Amino acid sequence: MIPELGHFALLAALAVAIIQGTFPFVGVWRRDARLMAVGVSAAQAQFVLILIAYACLTWAFVERDWSVAYVAANAHSQLPLMYRISAVWGAHEGSMLLWVLILAGWSAAVSLFSRSLPADVQAQVLAVLGALAVGFLLFILLTSNPFDRIFPVPEDGRDLNPLLQDPGLVIHPPLLYMGYVGFSVAFAFAIAALIGGRLDAAWARWTRPWTTLAWLFLTLGITLGSWWAYHELGWGGWWFWDPVENASFMPWLVGTALIHSLAVTEKRGLLKSWTVLLAILAFALSLLGTFLVRSGVLVSVHAFATDPARGVFILTFLAVVLGIAFALYAWRAPRFAADGELQWLSREGLLLLNNVFLVIAAAAVLIGTLYPLVIDAFGLGKISVGPPYFNAVFIPLTAPLVLFVGLASAVGWKRARWPEVWPRIRLALFIALGVGVCLPWLLHRHIQPAAVAGAFLALWTLIMACEEPWRRWRARGRRGIAQIPRAVWGMTVAHIGLGVWVLGLTFVTLYHIERDVRLGPGQSAEVGAYRFELQSVTPRPGPNYDADQALVVVTRDAEVIARLKPERRRYRAQGTVMTEAAVDHTPLRDLYVALAEPLEGGDWALRIYFKPMMRLVWLGGVLMAIGGLLAASDRRYRLARWAAHPAARIDGVPA
Amino acid sequence: MTKRQQRMTAVAALVLGIGVAAALAFTAFRKNMMYFYTPTDLVAQAVPAGAKIRLGGLVVAGTLQRGEGLDVRFTVADCEQSVPVRYSGILPDLFREGQGIVATGRVGPDGVFMADEVLAKHDENYMPPELAEKLVAADGRHSCAEFSRPVMGRRPAIADRPSQS
Repeated sequence: MIPELGHFALLAALAVAIIQGTFPFVGVWRRDARLMAVGVSAAQAQFVLILIAYACLTWAFVERDWSVAYVAANAHSQLPLMYRISAVWGAHEGSMLLWVLILAGWSAAVSLFSRSLPADVQAQVLAVLGALAVGFLLFILLTSNPFDRIFPVPEDGRDLNPLLQDPGLVIHPPLLYMGYVGFSVAFAFAIAALIGGRLDAAWARWTRPWTTLAWLFLTLGITLGSWWAYHELGWGGWWFWDPVENASFMPWLVGTALIHSLAVTEKRGLLKSWTVLLAILAFALSLLGTFLVRSGVLVSVHAFATDPARGVFILTFLAVVLGIAFALYAWRAPRFAADGELQWLSREGLLLLNNVFLVIAAAAVLIGTLYPLVIDAFGLGKISVGPPYFNAVFIPLTAPLVLFVGLASAVGWKRARWPEVWPRIRLALFIALGVGVCLPWLLHRHIQPAAVAGAFLALWTLIMACEEPWRRWRARGRRGIAQIPRAVWGMTVAHIGLGVWVLGLTFVTLYHIERDVRLGPGQSAEVGAYRFELQSVTPRPGPNYDADQALVVVTRDAEVIARLKPERRRYRAQGTVMTEAAVDHTPLRDLYVALAEPLEGGDWALRIYFKPMMRLVWLGGVLMAIGGLLAASDRRYRLARWAAHPAARIDGVPA
Repeated sequence: MTKRQQRMTAVAALVLGIGVAAALAFTAFRKNMMYFYTPTDLVAQAVPAGAKIRLGGLVVAGTLQRGEGLDVRFTVADCEQSVPVRYSGILPDLFREGQGIVATGRVGPDGVFMADEVLAKHDENYMPPELAEKLVAADGRHSCAEFSRPVMGRRPAIADRPSQS
């Protein structure tokens, strides 16, 4: 009964979404305020209905209703409650339901927090979001209904994929989806700007907090995914350039470009059509990511054929959405006039340069991800490009990018001259160079050119990130610091995050030690300055798995540093074996032990890794997200402010 | 600078940027592209010396041998041919005899495939998709009898035929 209620709520949500996607447009066209206002109530009603559907599916999981096919496939009677709740988004159908729930959540948020928007802009934004919801709801109802019943009812479920039974994975997909779907708001604003012909500082100011929020969720989601892969996959990697990761990284790169070009559009009235294009691209890449992950093409081009309905639907949806968006763009964008000129040595010039680098980097990732698929689809052979491709392309593209990030904060808007800029960067440049050379030597007694370059870039970014607060402090002391708006603090913290991230990335990549060893109880292995002794391996049963737990004692100079307990778990329902790594960490290094396979004679295979500065990589991601939060909560976004800037309107189009 | 000059500089910078990126991408592609081979492909056509490739096949039951430390040897086969593989390292959790795997590495001068990496997916009945396409009949079964019984567990079954050639 409850699952049918959920199904019915989804159908009702579809009806409401159709209303939301059409009535406000008609209202704008006929200039009928009542029709325009329909969007607000429709968005909120749609959210409530999808929330009901979502609650019904959760209920089916909590109550272990095996008659629902999706529940039976993704839960088990012994699965702990937390994982039964998170199993709702553990596979395709439920994660699509989560997707539309979040989409409806974003539109409900727009309907609540954008009261200061002009009625026609709000109506158009909500209508675009409603139209997107129609597409996704149809997708769920037609091809992947999570409420389908199964007969005969199985005695027990087939259990959630053990890979997903981890606290990290409980919140990873919702965060990632908040980011992906959040770009739909920026997309909707862009479409509204194209339709209405209004693209001015006010438009950029409305769009910025939404975009920054979506970006910060995506940042957190990717960071958490990386942390999870490191702990759960048992091979100590934190980024694999796996197509699924690339699918989330490409929208992140373009989204990063977007939040910066929005700043230029707001402050200087420049790069208008570029900003709109980026908003469309960021959402396009989010949709493409969904298509890649959800259609099964990544497993194999031919997995696509096992369930063509889903793939074809998403591909068609992608084509329709992007076709309309790009057609509108081609038609309307040339009319957006810039409000001034662009100088290269100015903040907006450097931001544009950064944008170009970010977009090219995203394009390189896109090529590496899609090219093997295209080659395979045309029957030209089966190839794969591994991490070396991505590293070889990505690192040369991002190094200058990082250099410009530091430079841009010393350069003012409009135009700057070298004689002004040089004194501001001189000291930072020398400190970064000096420390950059010393740091690899101090920490690892071994200097590599790449490490010096990485440490220099990281320190340069860190120092220059503090440049603006420092300048304000020197000019006006404590009062200057107190007057710094949150947006500036956000930028400072996010750029510090970037510096920390570059530092961590450089050291962990260049100075890590990875050793796969064979040890019997009582034997030990040396990794770097550390000695790892395997003391014992004992069985330990868990709620729905049986584990072998090892005790590894780590010593350095005969002093015990850590007692690590890595596990190897065998999940009863599917017989799957999972590795649960044990990590001892300080900010400067991780000691990582994973228990691999049992060998003859009581010996075990173990992976023992020394990873310097591993934590900094994730700390950097978290700092960027905190920066985003600070920037998005700046008070000027909260002030109801709507000043008509007629400058950017398209002639002849009624406002 | 006039507007026109400015636009031209912008376009030139963009073209240059894309050019550099494309050049980087293509060199990296050429260096890191790996072709997929089945054992039959490997026997039929010569692999360029030293080229890194991916080899996909089913692990023949009873061929897994452990040596010093983490050294292992096993044989990978499809319906027609088989290739000996040598690997030093930790096998994936789901490595099983009779199961499909993909190994990355190079063919040694003695014809033994020296694997740098061995992959198996988290699924009991997993087969590399490229291989499945070549081996699996329309009804979802392997088209050759030898592997039609899934071999469970790691313990080497008493092999009725050590290896076919």
